[in-house]
Amino acid sequence: MSEPLLQAVNLQCERDERILFRDLSFSVMPGTVTRVEGPNGSGKTTLLRILAGLNDAWSGDLYWCGQPRAGQRESFLRNMLYLGHRPGIKPLLTPLENLRALMAGRRPVSDEVLSRALEGTGLAGFQKVPCRNLSAGQQRRVALARLLVADEPLWLLDEVFTAIDSDGVKAIEALLQQRAAEGGAVVVTTHHNLQLPGMQRIVLGGGQVDDE
Amino acid sequence: MTSNPVRVQPVNESIGVAAAMKAVFMRDIKVAFRQRQDLLNPLLFFVMVVTLFPLGVSPEVSFLRESGAGILWVAALLSVLLSLDHLFRHDFDDGTLEQLVLQPQPLFLLVLAKTLAHWMLTGLPLVILTPVLGVMVHQPGNSIGILCLTLLIGTPVLSLIGSIGAALTLGLRSAGVLLSLLIIPLYIPVLIFGTGTVAAASEGAPVGAYLALMGAFLVLALTLAPFASASALKISMSNS
Amino acid sequence: MWQFFHKLGSPKWFYGIATRLMPWLLVAGVLLLLAGIVWGLAFAPKDYLQGNSYRIIFIHVPTAFLAQSVYIMMAVAAVVTLVWRMKLADVFVKAVAPVGLVLTFLALFTGAVWGKPTWGTWWIWDARLTSMLILLFLYGGVIALDRAINDEKSAARAVAVLVLVGVVNIPIIKYSVEWWNTLHQPATFKLTEKPSMPAEMWVPLLLAVLGLYLIFGWLACLRMQTEILVREQRTRWVKDLVMAGRF
Repeated sequence: MSEPLLQAVNLQCERDERILFRDLSFSVMPGTVTRVEGPNGSGKTTLLRILAGLNDAWSGDLYWCGQPRAGQRESFLRNMLYLGHRPGIKPLLTPLENLRALMAGRRPVSDEVLSRALEGTGLAGFQKVPCRNLSAGQQRRVALARLLVADEPLWLLDEVFTAIDSDGVKAIEALLQQRAAEGGAVVVTTHHNLQLPGMQRIVLGGGQVDDE
Repeated sequence: MTSNPVRVQPVNESIGVAAAMKAVFMRDIKVAFRQRQDLLNPLLFFVMVVTLFPLGVSPEVSFLRESGAGILWVAALLSVLLSLDHLFRHDFDDGTLEQLVLQPQPLFLLVLAKTLAHWMLTGLPLVILTPVLGVMVHQPGNSIGILCLTLLIGTPVLSLIGSIGAALTLGLRSAGVLLSLLIIPLYIPVLIFGTGTVAAASEGAPVGAYLALMGAFLVLALTLAPFASASALKISMSNS
Repeated sequence: MWQFFHKLGSPKWFYGIATRLMPWLLVAGVLLLLAGIVWGLAFAPKDYLQGNSYRIIFIHVPTAFLAQSVYIMMAVAAVVTLVWRMKLADVFVKAVAPVGLVLTFLALFTGAVWGKPTWGTWWIWDARLTSMLILLFLYGGVIALDRAINDEKSAARAVAVLVLVGVVNIPIIKYSVEWWNTLHQPATFKLTEKPSMPAEMWVPLLLAVLGLYLIFGWLACLRMQTEILVREQRTRWVKDLVMAGRF
């Protein structure tokens, strides 16, 4: 049994004087996909932001590769990819420029590889169009192109299927499975009825973790 | 379907800090040049505020000669203040700020790169425009030179201190007014020494010491402000 | 040690201590302040330059002094908030910021009242008064930021950052305002107490300062208690307290 990439112990989060969840414990093992479920306002996005390190209004313990995450900021951020509601795409830049800027802080990737990634998400021919002229779905696809070039083992994806057509959804599902098969781990929040074999589910609003 | 296995990478397998800072800087410059009107707005504001003084107070040469440096400094301060709201706001709205916070490099250095880009896009053009406006408010040539020099040292301080306010008020309602309330008191020392240096120069006093002191302000702001902004950004991010 | 620290951070523990401490603070503070002011106003000798009008320093100096030290105290609490995340430190900053604002305003007001007979005008851009005015702006900014952020924890931490930035700036502001003042109006009469002040003047002044400190301590405890009750309204101990009608 390998070590969990990310482990949460007794997480508790309170927002606007309401307890979103308490005593939430789970492990994100390499080779797995985890789906965070729950009704609107149950704290799915908050949980994901806590895991990513964007929100620090929580108590409990988080471990990265077996060690407390607090002392390993650089290692954690180097190996974690987070995609939020807001895709991180500048409307004034072209898809290629956006992708280049997003990758520039992580590791050097040639334009050729980035171009191919954009083609892979169905944006062939749009590489030079400013993103504000693209549809919402296309803009999300620009952000999703990062998944095709990502070497980060841990992905935290918030509402990743929003504004994506059904073919796109299948492609993303395949991508998540592939990352798990390669030994990575994925945590997603989604309203889309994602069903993958061996998927771990975290149900918020009740606070249980089940394995299927 | 399975390709190479992915593994947790050691930290040194990521990109260097300097390269990451350069990328942040270049992206901001590039975005600004795609939206040139936003670049012009603070400059137009600067010119208009300066114009208000001869119209509102007095066009007399003696008044303008005496007050010109102060007018230009106040106008520059206000136009930097006006532009600060944009420093993080667009990035916050489109999600690029989240990605910036999640870059493995120290956040304060990335914030420093953004602040430098902000100064290049607002403070520096103001300094370049100053000689023209200086002539319009009847400043003697010597004063214009010193004025430009004080603004050249002072405007980066304005951007750096301002970045703290911009980060603190990120995502709040009526952030613009609040930002001004928080930041104006902190701008007072720079304003005093900026205009005081010009006044001393026009009386023929040596200004080397004053300029050195302004340089010390700049060094202090460079070393402390990015830390404060970075921690303020994390707090604002946590709240969204 | 850690246990003590933990206890210090516990709002419930503080609430109890404050309740016991407050009457003493208030009584001692009022007595000292009254003694200082009565002595200063009625019995201290006249100033050979300003006559009786100088007597307002027995109110002006304590308020100005306290207004500045409250900001320093807030800065210490801000460090505690950011480093140890102690609840009580945020409560302190939130509770005393308006008190600091009022004290600063009082110092400015008494300064203006003093200015009228001394300079013949209500307001003069004296270095002291200008620094106090800027301090008033700093307090205003802290309160405005606190009110603007809904989430309590974020507000506390954002305010802490602002207070620390402010406290780094206070000496710079003071120094630059003093320099500015000499540049623009050399050799005016300054609102500074002369070091050669006789004991009949500075002893009552000291009493008034001490008294005001104690009254500030009482007020801070009172406002902190109110804030604690609001924050902890869902906890058992606050509910018990309310049921018992003892608050």
